[in-house]
Order: sequence, then C-alpha cells, then structure tokens
Amino acid sequence: MASDPRRKAPRPGFVLEVDRSTPPILFHHGDNFRLEKLPADRSRVIYPAEPLPGLTDPEESIYQALLNPIDDDPLPSLMRPDMKLTIAFDDLRLPLPKMRRPDIRQRIIEQVLDIAAAAGVDDVHLIAALALHRRMTEAELRHCLGDRIYDSFAPQGALYNHDAEDPDGMVELGTTRHDELVTMNKRAAESDLLIYVNLNIVSMDGGWKSTATGLSGYSGIKHHHNVATMRESKSFMDRHSSELHHSNWRQGEIIKKHGPRIFQIETTINNNTFGYDGPLSVLQKREWEWTAKDRATFMGMKKGLDLMPSGARRKIFNNWEAPYELTSVQAGDVDAVHEVTLENCFKQHLVPVQGQTDVLTFGLPYICPYNVNSVMNPLLVMSLGLGYFFNLYRGKPLVREGGVLIMSHPTPWEFHPVHHPSYIDFFEELLAETTDPLELESKYEKQFAEDEWYVHLYRKGYAYHGVHPFYMWYWGAHALQWLGRVIIVGGDQRAVRRLGFQPASTMQDALEMASDVVGPSPSITHLHNPPILMADVT
Amino acid sequence: MSRLAKQLGLPRLPSALSPIRRFRALDFPMRSPSTPRGVAPLPAKLRTGVDYDTEWARRKPARMVGAAIIEGPMRLAVSSLAAPDRRGEDRLLGFDGPAIFAANHHSHLDPPLLLTSIPEPWRHKLVVGAAADYFFGTRITATLSSLVIGAIPIERSKVGRRSANVAAELIEEGWSLLIFPEGGRSPDGWGQPFRGGAAYLAARTGAAVVPIHLEGTGRILRKGRPLPRPSTTSVTFGRPLRPTDDENANRFGARIEREVAALADEASSDWYRARLRAHAGTSPGLTGPETGRWRRAWALGDRARGARTRRRSWPDLCFPEIAAAEAQDAQPRWDGSAFIRRVGARSALRCSPPRASPR
Repeated sequence: MASDPRRKAPRPGFVLEVDRSTPPILFHHGDNFRLEKLPADRSRVIYPAEPLPGLTDPEESIYQALLNPIDDDPLPSLMRPDMKLTIAFDDLRLPLPKMRRPDIRQRIIEQVLDIAAAAGVDDVHLIAALALHRRMTEAELRHCLGDRIYDSFAPQGALYNHDAEDPDGMVELGTTRHDELVTMNKRAAESDLLIYVNLNIVSMDGGWKSTATGLSGYSGIKHHHNVATMRESKSFMDRHSSELHHSNWRQGEIIKKHGPRIFQIETTINNNTFGYDGPLSVLQKREWEWTAKDRATFMGMKKGLDLMPSGARRKIFNNWEAPYELTSVQAGDVDAVHEVTLENCFKQHLVPVQGQTDVLTFGLPYICPYNVNSVMNPLLVMSLGLGYFFNLYRGKPLVREGGVLIMSHPTPWEFHPVHHPSYIDFFEELLAETTDPLELESKYEKQFAEDEWYVHLYRKGYAYHGVHPFYMWYWGAHALQWLGRVIIVGGDQRAVRRLGFQPASTMQDALEMASDVVGPSPSITHLHNPPILMADVT
Repeated sequence: MSRLAKQLGLPRLPSALSPIRRFRALDFPMRSPSTPRGVAPLPAKLRTGVDYDTEWARRKPARMVGAAIIEGPMRLAVSSLAAPDRRGEDRLLGFDGPAIFAANHHSHLDPPLLLTSIPEPWRHKLVVGAAADYFFGTRITATLSSLVIGAIPIERSKVGRRSANVAAELIEEGWSLLIFPEGGRSPDGWGQPFRGGAAYLAARTGAAVVPIHLEGTGRILRKGRPLPRPSTTSVTFGRPLRPTDDENANRFGARIEREVAALADEASSDWYRARLRAHAGTSPGLTGPETGRWRRAWALGDRARGARTRRRSWPDLCFPEIAAAEAQDAQPRWDGSAFIRRVGARSALRCSPPRASPR
C-alpha cells in the first residue's frame, strides 16, 4: 500500500508511559496473542520504530555495492576464469520470519554469479554457512536462493550445506593469541576468493561471526559459545561490548592471515515484519491506533486461533512470509563493511530508554532462529527470552540486577524429533538434574558434542548438532545470573518448572509473584517486540 | 408460409402485402443508391485486415468479457493442455509502466499461454500483435481475435505505417504489447530471425522490452497440426531491456534476440551455464544450424530440457587430461575492466530519460 503514511514518514520508536487511559497492550504468546492491562503510573511500554523505507532500486544498489566496495577492489576485478570461487551465505534462521521471494540472498548471489559468468569462472561452489544448525532442505534452499541458482548448482553437487563434522571437509587455520582454535570449511578455506552473503536482522549477526562461526565446527565454535563468554557479553547485540564478538574477531584475524581472501556482502532490512495490510498488519500498529477493522481482524484471528489445534496454528504461522525490504547493502572488507551495517541496523532498531526497571515483560512470538518450519520447544523459549530478547539492549540491561523477567508463552512440552533430538535428552534428562549452565557445560557438553548418533543425525538427517541445546542454555546464562526470578505466563507448568522458572496463569498473578522479589509497586517495562527493537539504555 | 396457409385454408394475401416484395419496393434513400453507369465507384471501405478498428475491444464491457474468458476457460485449457512451468517472474519486480513483451513463436497456443502467464499489472492491460492477414482476414475472426485475446492487426507481408502507429499510440496510452518478433509460427521447430518491430516500438515509445522464451508449445500444436496433444511447457521471463544511447533499432533488435536465445539456453540447461555462454557470446542461436532439413530436425533433440546439463556420471570417472585440456581452452584473460565499462553503460542507461517519440 504505497499510500500508507507510515511508509512515507516512519515514526521512530518511543517509550509510552502507561496511564489509566492506555488500552490493554498486545503480548505475543507463541502462536497466539494476549491483551494485558498494565498497571498505570508505574509501567511503560517501549515501541519499535516503524519500518524505514526500503531502497527504491535494490538491484541497482546491489550492483553499486559490488562495483564500489568499501576498502576493497571492485568485485569484477577479483574474478578470473581459472579461479576457485566459493559463495557462502547465511542459513534459514535469517531473517525471521522468512521473507517473501525473492530473498535478498538470491538477488545478491545472482548478481555475483553474473559477474563470475562474465569472467568465465567455472569452479563455483555455494555453501549454506549453517555452523552446527540443521541442514536446509531443498525447499528451503530454493526459497533462499531461487530456482535458477538451485537448478544451476545443486544437481552438480556445487550447492550444499556446510558439514562441520566432515572429517575431510574441515581444516585448521591456526590459533589466536587467546589460544582459540580456528577451523573452517575446507572448500571455503582453499578458495581463491570467498564471498560471504549476509543478512543482518539484528546487530548480533555479520562481521567475522559470519565466517568464524558459520563455516566453522565444534572445535572452533566452543571457544566463544560457552558460559564464561556469554556471561561477559553485555550484550551480545552490542558488538563492541560483546565477548562473543571479541572472540570471533580474534578468530577473524587468523582467517585474514591464513585463510582465503574474503569479500563480505552485508545487508540490513527494515521492520516490515507483518506488512501494512493483510491479516497480521494489526500486530505492527500501536494499540490505540487500531481501527474498527483492525479490532475486528484481531478478534476474529484470536477466536480462530483459540479454536484451532496447535498443529494448524503452527502451520499457519510458519507459512507467513514477511514483506521485508532491503534498507542497505554494503560490500568489501569485513571490518569496514560491518561498521556500516551496524549503523544501518541501529537506525532501525535503537530506541532511547531512560533508566532500568524492576520488572521486564515481553511476549514471545511463535518463532526464533532455531525453529523455522519446526516446533518452539521449551529450551528455545528460554533461549529466545533470556538470550535474544533480554540482550536487546545497549549500555545496560533494561531490568535492574536482581529484577524479575515475566515472559508470556505457552511453552509446550513438545519437541520436533527430527530437528531437535539432542534437545529432548537435554531437557528430559539433564535439566531434571541441574539448570546450572556451568555444571551442564563441565559435565555433559563434550559427551553430547561427540555423541556419534547425534553427529550422524546432524550430518545425514536434518538435526541440530548434539551440542546445540547447550548453546541455547548458555545463550541465557547472562540473564540467569542477572535476574532474581523468571516467570512464564500461560505456560505448561511442568515444562516451565523443568526450566527452573515459575509458572503463572495470568499477568496479575505474575506481577504479584514478582513483588515477592522486587517489593510492592515495582516499576514495569514492557518490550513491545516484534517488530524488533533494541533499547539504548542510559 | 403460403403452403401452410393453403393447408389451413386461409385466403391468399395480396402480393403487394408480402414483406419481401414490400422491401424490394423501397427506394433511395430507404435503400442504398446504385452507381450510375460510366462512373467509377468509390473503393469499398475495408473492414478487415490491418484496417480493422479494434478500439471497441478495449472498452470496459469488452475487456471484462475478455478477462472472464482468459481467467476462466482459457486458463483451464492452458493448464490442462500445456501444464506451464513459469520462471523468472521475479525479474519484473520493481519494474513499472507499459512493456513490450517479445517472445519466440511456435504455436497458436503461445498467445493463450502468455495471456495466462504474464503477471499483473500487465496481464489485463495488454494487446497482442497479431498477423493482420491471418487473424483479421474476415469480420468473424477479427471480432473474435480482438475480443478474446485483445489482438491488434500487425502488417507482416508489406511495409506499412498504420499498424506501427496504432501499436505506438496504445503503448503511449499505457497499454502493454505482446509481440512475436519472428512474424509467424516456426515451420520446423527452430526459431526464425527476429524482425525489428519490437525494437522499433521500444525506441519510438521509450517502453522496455521484456524478452520471453517459450518452450514446448510446438509439441502441443505445431504449425500444420489440426488438433492439440497435451504436453509440458515452460515460460521464462527475462529482465526488461531498453536500448542504450549508442544502439539503433537494428542492434537493439539483435540484442533482444540474443536475450531470448540466452533464456532458451537457460531453459534447456541451467541458469549459470547459460550466463557463462551468454557473456562469452556462445549461447546457441534460436534459428538452429544452417544445414539440411533432416540435420536441423536431428539437432532439435539437443534442445530438450536438460540436454546440456552436465550430469555427474556413476561411477564418477575422472579424466584429468580432458579436464586439463578444457582448462586450457582459449579463454581471453579477464581483468574485469570490460565488465565495469558495460556496467557503466547500464547505469547511464537507467538514468537516461525515455526517448521522445519521433512522430
């Protein structure tokens, strides 16, 4: 809807002080929604910025980025016919939800390949840089890259998923000054040119993390995906204050020294997650601006979702394709490119917020990076809430140390047996014993990481690596250490207790329970996310 | 009537009351005048061929009827007969304004296939350039062609300005045009050289040309076959093209033909191999080898889908000496400068305003 005023003059994110006239606030609740009335005069709601305008001519912008890279030579001049060219790209966890076709990766890689074709490059491989994530299916690869690229390369075996457990497919490039081993996909490491095509949905993505993590294996990733690093990453959405990123950057130095020449292409997208029109557009509006049509749509949608079985709800939401638009594309040297990317990312996401809060609330949506076309299991609820959402800050956490986090999610005791086999064992066996990340790391991580069955399922099936549930747990380690209590509203009580959190039936109950920790009449802040926002807390 | 009247015993009407006799009895101005002897009659106003006025078919009621036919029985027939695999529609994303869709031509099925394949917003504001001597030969065929496929007559047997003027005016009014630059259906399965109509209209109106390659329609209803035989087809859309500043209509026409040939290569092999050949100028032509008829027919087999796709053999035999020979194949050294020059031209093109109509 080109005439939508929000498209022409998007409003920045802002903080709403809740008073008695404030309508109930939307909480995502997995594949459903809740409307909650927050206490007046001590609550505030942080709203994301409206979608920034997309680039008017994405194709031309991509072209110009390739021809005028930052601190690097134009891409055509890097090509020669007898070269070994590898193009790696972010896997299906980005963006969330998946975007409408054509995906940005398709648009970029087609142009890169056209330049390679003009140079007569025959030896081209495309690798989905999925680190220890599950392999992408043919349909998912086709969605990301388009049929033209898939049909050109997949039948010849030149388009495939990275395999971090292939004994002949990985190489060691060296060790950082902090004694961190750097491993890389062999084909990528031995290429004359490695082009990495990234898609930044949040500021955590991109930079050296793309290659140092995306094309690496367990022996390299374990140096930054661990409890100590995560606890020191404050936050991992702020690259300059993130130990996770510092470690990746140190590994990047080794890649730069001993690895292939890298040409990094990074992109940012806007916040247009639910569109300007259509059934989900109401989720992108501020509650007091809902029209009669929006309210009718919401009530109808909610009633329908209440009546549906969970499988049908999941199917409907998994089919949603976001109409994201490209807001920037930059190419060239990894460090220089990433700084520009971060600027563009923050332009969309950052919302200034004054001071911390006693109680932080948010509603968790149906999707996180690790359940695309899959099930949002309890471990992923923990990872999304305490990992991603809690860390959506710059400066200091939104909630004070010892504060309470209240999340809204059904948290079903349900797992995808093909995608998350090791999660099931982690949740049912290990968490029954302890929820302490350090203890889990020291006692069980190696065993799960090297389990032959999990390795087999990762390599030949569509399973996340055996160690991946540990990383989900570590992802929330900083929040677990910081918070006084975590409460989940409307969740499966057994599953919530297994996570070590407290279940609550209603938001009122949760606020009552929170007052045990933070005292009566605490200050409350609600993160109205998604669309994504990042609090710049001062 | 008179026999019936006799059987019924009715009285016979006076001959002066017979309707036919009464009509015949009418005189000018109730009837048309006769031409006096010795006077050359005015040439009869032609209402068929290139002079057929199709303006009525673009009015709203006729368009609604046409759209109903396209979206109803035509779409059903096309999907059951041709099972089209449509590709490359994403190349039209972000493109706006009227376009000249230029496709290769094998069959009478091509216009219906394209009318149900060309995406919105162009599909329902589209006219089809159709042979004036064939589709507009009689009033009946002309009316049906205009109504059902939105045809406009294009003169293909002689040089004339009228059809070009009509097409250009329609494009300037915001209509898109579907045209088959080969001028007729393929006689033997191979394409025919492209004529310059599409390029000329693009240069004259500033509209972009969207190259389209059709594959498989010849198997269903080739020239000379009376009844269709169901098969599969593919429709591949290319990126919109505009003439560059240093490109006349002839050169632009040749480029359109090359782009359609590259799309044909893409449809029969894969996109990247096709791009490699397109950049190297070695895309297989549409018109086939200049050989005898049987060899041309024989060579058609190579164009089957997947015929040029390099497949991995099993067991995976490796012949290093062949690979080395292939690697040493005469390839010009590449430093990227030629590409940058070309891209520079392309960027300039994007900024250049559409050319003014030379009317």
